[in-house]
Amino acid sequence: MNNFTPYSAFLGGSLIGLSAALLMYFNGRIAGISGMMAGAFDFKNCENHWRLFFLGGLILTAVIVNFFAPHGAVTYSRSTYWLIISGLLVGFGTRLGNGCTSGHAVCGMARLSIRSIAATVTFMSIAILIVFITRHLLGISQ
Amino acid sequence: MTKNLAALFCGILFGLGLTISQMNNPDKVLAFLDISGNWDASLAFVMGGALITLATLQHFIFKHSQPIFEEKFHVPEKNNPIDKRLIFGAMIFGLGWGLVGFCPGAVLAAFGDGKSEPFIFTLALGAGMMLFNWTEKSK
Repeated sequence: MNNFTPYSAFLGGSLIGLSAALLMYFNGRIAGISGMMAGAFDFKNCENHWRLFFLGGLILTAVIVNFFAPHGAVTYSRSTYWLIISGLLVGFGTRLGNGCTSGHAVCGMARLSIRSIAATVTFMSIAILIVFITRHLLGISQ
Repeated sequence: MTKNLAALFCGILFGLGLTISQMNNPDKVLAFLDISGNWDASLAFVMGGALITLATLQHFIFKHSQPIFEEKFHVPEKNNPIDKRLIFGAMIFGLGWGLVGFCPGAVLAAFGDGKSEPFIFTLALGAGMMLFNWTEKSK
């Protein structure tokens, strides 16, 4: 096992949990990113503006962190072709299934929603299977 | 406006969490999903940290009758039934996630290093959501 970073992972995860807890405490909303993305561009409804602020804050942090630590560890082993296919699937799938990693695997599981537990087990298993097929059976690293 | 500022603050915290935990690094996510390869278990600690923190704080939050800046908690019923849409949707999401290693939050936290990958992925993600809306409308 290389690149194992349990402490920063636990700290980062705790901040994600704190963020989701505060969003519920202040605004009564679930911190589900795919749901926010889907609702963010509905400008007619003023109730939706908070979503843009949340997503804006998220991107702002990424840009600032990158400014101070420019050699950020974000690396990609997949080509543009795969990025487009994956993006389409993630966009469509999270709408059909009403959530993604944040909405189901964090917020939903934390309140023991049976739908979220089922969704998380499903997408985790499929993702693990896909990585196994692409990396070990097909030998695709790009 | 207070609601928007609260959301901005929470978004900043969320972004910090994603960057510190390196969830925004697709290769690290793939290394977590690659259980039969050179497995990197770090992301299990991200989920553990998030779940412990959120479940603990929520225990106290839900004792209040309403949120601070809103009339009610917008939370779906805990025991809503599992249906085909949920499972198919999760399968399609899992397929996409396993191909690259980006999920919707993580890709936004990968912006800012000037690389084109997060932009391309986010555009495709938006297109996927629009495709979903279109298929729903044409039913």
